[in-house]
Amino acid sequence: MADAALTDPSARAKQRAPARADTSGTVVAWLLSAPAIIAYVLMLLAPALAMLMLAFTDFEFGARTFRWVGFANFAEMLGDRGAMAAVRNTAVYVLFVTPISIALGLLLAVLIDAGARGRTVFRAIFFLPVVSLTVAMAVAWQYILHPNIGPLNAALRMFGAPTPNWLASSEMVMISLGFIGVWENLGFNMVLFLAGLTAIPRDLYAAAEVDGAPGAWSRFWLVTWPMLGPTTLFVVTITTIRSIRVFDTVAILTQGGPNKASEVLLHTMYVEGFQFFRMGYSAAITMLFLAVVLVLMLIQTRLIERRVHYG
Amino acid sequence: MSGIVVTGVSKSFGSTRVLGGVSLDIASGEFVSLVGPSGCGKTTLMRIIAGLERPDSGRIEINQRDVTSIRAADRDVAMVFQNYALYPHLTVHQNISVPLVFRRLSAMERLPGVGRLVPGTGARRQEISALVRQSAGLLGLDELLARKPGQLSGGQRQRVALARAIVRQPKAFLMDEPLSNLDAALRVQTRKEIVEIHRRVGASTVYVTHDQSEAMTMSDRVAVMMGGDILQIATPEEIYANPVDLRVATFIGSPKINTQTAVVGDDGHVRVGHEPTGLSSPHRGVVTLAIRPEHLAPAASGQVGAGLSCSIDHVEFLGDSLLVHTRAAATSETMIVRIGGTNRAGLTRGATLTLGFNLTAALLFDAQGKRAAMEPTAVASAAAPERRVAHG
Amino acid sequence: MSTHPTTESADRGLLADLPRLLLLSVFALLILAPYIWMIAVSVKPQSEVFTSSLSLIPKQFAAAENYGKVFAQVPIGLYLLNGLIVCLGILAFQIAFAVPAAYALAKLEFRGRDTLFAFVMLGLLVPVQVPALPLYMAFANVGLLNSYTALIAPFTISVFAIFLFRQFFKAIPDELIHAARLDGMGESSIVWRVIVPNALPAATAFAIFSVVAHWNDLYWPLIAVNKGDYYTPAMGVLAFRSQEAGEDYGALMAASMLVTAPLVVAFLIAQRRFIEGITMTGLKG
Repeated sequence: MADAALTDPSARAKQRAPARADTSGTVVAWLLSAPAIIAYVLMLLAPALAMLMLAFTDFEFGARTFRWVGFANFAEMLGDRGAMAAVRNTAVYVLFVTPISIALGLLLAVLIDAGARGRTVFRAIFFLPVVSLTVAMAVAWQYILHPNIGPLNAALRMFGAPTPNWLASSEMVMISLGFIGVWENLGFNMVLFLAGLTAIPRDLYAAAEVDGAPGAWSRFWLVTWPMLGPTTLFVVTITTIRSIRVFDTVAILTQGGPNKASEVLLHTMYVEGFQFFRMGYSAAITMLFLAVVLVLMLIQTRLIERRVHYG
Repeated sequence: MSGIVVTGVSKSFGSTRVLGGVSLDIASGEFVSLVGPSGCGKTTLMRIIAGLERPDSGRIEINQRDVTSIRAADRDVAMVFQNYALYPHLTVHQNISVPLVFRRLSAMERLPGVGRLVPGTGARRQEISALVRQSAGLLGLDELLARKPGQLSGGQRQRVALARAIVRQPKAFLMDEPLSNLDAALRVQTRKEIVEIHRRVGASTVYVTHDQSEAMTMSDRVAVMMGGDILQIATPEEIYANPVDLRVATFIGSPKINTQTAVVGDDGHVRVGHEPTGLSSPHRGVVTLAIRPEHLAPAASGQVGAGLSCSIDHVEFLGDSLLVHTRAAATSETMIVRIGGTNRAGLTRGATLTLGFNLTAALLFDAQGKRAAMEPTAVASAAAPERRVAHG
Repeated sequence: MSTHPTTESADRGLLADLPRLLLLSVFALLILAPYIWMIAVSVKPQSEVFTSSLSLIPKQFAAAENYGKVFAQVPIGLYLLNGLIVCLGILAFQIAFAVPAAYALAKLEFRGRDTLFAFVMLGLLVPVQVPALPLYMAFANVGLLNSYTALIAPFTISVFAIFLFRQFFKAIPDELIHAARLDGMGESSIVWRVIVPNALPAATAFAIFSVVAHWNDLYWPLIAVNKGDYYTPAMGVLAFRSQEAGEDYGALMAASMLVTAPLVVAFLIAQRRFIEGITMTGLKG
């Protein structure tokens, strides 16, 4: 075997290459990765581990000592009305924003893709919220939703419709934030769907027509929707994760109020950690947040794998 | 006669004229190829026949029904695409059944899940299944019915596309370069299968291709298109031997037909350079003389009959014959000769050769590329002054 | 055939296209509403803002007043500059750290490669808010709060960048690298002189993605900075609002306009790149 291998020049080259990589290659590779690794450890790994530890303590920033309290923080979370409200509200927000922003994003993408006219203009308009400063737009929404001087209630007043206090009433606040969330997200989803739509081979639509598909609706179910499968899955995951991370609008518009009616996970994390300085407790909430995100990503990976195997 | 009748169809995309008043009459059950270089409009014409594009003007009749304003779904035509256009998420069985599902099941019945509860659905679905299996059987797909297109080879996918096309016995078959994505061997085999299927199913077929040999071997008639017009439509034999346009002559046939610039003098004699060709024409002036490689032969010295002096550039060995590439001395234009057998005697690079040609097979085209009349000059043997030109 | 648009659209006349265009326009107006009002209010005097009318055009033009107030009360220019410094700083470090690591992961064979990559993937799972607490404490203890360092450092590691560039680099043919090695280039030169120029589309896409994300960032700046000198644009708006007690909507809208405008203008100019950037990163991931 050795003789044959040595006389074949390509085999010889293959024998040599890994040997070279093993020694100097490894060193070089680790050197190249060193800055990233250092930053990773300092800014990501160590803090995350510290977080994990903190969750089991009662540490408060500025205190001299702390105690290990086991799962006490988690127990407190379950009993804390505010924390539980945060979990509930975040869930409500995600369940509201995700399907609506995805459906609308898909609708807009299909509408834009259906013709050549106005494609650039409409795409730009719908994408604007994505590149606009969230804080600035939140402030604009604050004005629009203002119960007295805001244009929304002014318009409703003209029609004699009820004019609720959008951001200060506990019934309406999550819905209002939800609508703002949809507004923020649908441009992003639309653009992702557009990319997916343009990847669909046009011949499939021609085949569907010739096969007798009666109208746009049946062509959508036969061609568009199945071909958008991977894109849709991706959009669902991305949107879900983006909406779980809702913070800016809550921090700017409602601060979790009125009376925790719009409290969300990230805001609670922030408040407990940086306003009350209860690091241990905030860490516990962070762990919960992380757990939810991990579960979601796990579900997505499973679903993708299933598609890949059957596709 | 039923079939496909295209009358005066024009189409422009923006300022580009893609089809200029094209007419075509395909008999019922006839296999007609639309052949031409890319951009000639053949695909657009086919899409208009299918109903996927609307013509700017003109009419389409299928089976004596005016379908010009009827959309594709209702025209009862089937189409096979170059890239197969199979639904990737459906199995082979489901793919083939799609045309039947749309035509035989109502919208209610097509609903997932619930649709199966509609009375009568079961029987209809079984009919559809049976037809699918029949169609699949014709194309040798019985083993593959449960697979998805992603798990099939190119040739298998093409067969599924064909099965889907024939499953509902359409009035017309349209095929858009279905073989161009297959490798050479598969192409030849699938060609035969397509012709066989056409024979069995018996529907009018329009076959678009840029490969002239495909068109010639498969069709009842060939329509050569260029620049948005049909230059000629005729049987393969007619197109080959009697092209009406120089562009048709050069497009059809491999190796390409030989062309030589020639002049018809006042005496009506056709000459290449100063060499007579033994042909005369009522036409006058600069012309193009065209002759197929197999209609040329080395002239033995002293042979009666005109010949062109050439020098040999290059000889290709084809196994059963030779292709000799030569250059005419008078005009420096190339001439390719097909010589049967494998005798290469005297056929070396640089050697001179006199090429005689089959006078009745030669073609003449005027300066606009249109076919002109030509016939062998009346032979008046010894006294003909042109014979003074040396041969051999 | 693939150059043909969807079957009917090429033939669809303006009349047939109207319903679609109308529907799109309705949605467009809904999306544009905040911007329209923001612009309108930013030029209205306070008296008009409080009349709660639906009119967009102000009777009195108060742009100078409102914008002037913003400039007078908060150093908006400084905040914008901070935003620029922070975003560009973050981007520079992200690329500097991620590119060599991505190259190593994509093109080099070495021991521990798979482990390293596993950690990268792990990092993708952890949202950026998770390390916030300990980072805050660490920065506080070394006295680095309220500084550019605090704003930039935590984001210098972008596992997303590593992941994205790795995908891209994998697609670059090996022959290019072998040729460079034969020419005598060291690995570092190969990275910066051969690989990166070939990865410009990915780099641009990522740059856009990163700048948009960090321009918008609120959570961490809110934590790391409480001194006006280091406010980012986002915080600048908040600061202005708290100063004004949120009453002068005209000036508030003017402030919002000022901080949103840069990115929006950049977007409108380089639309295609922006959209490609944000979706390309999305789809590849």
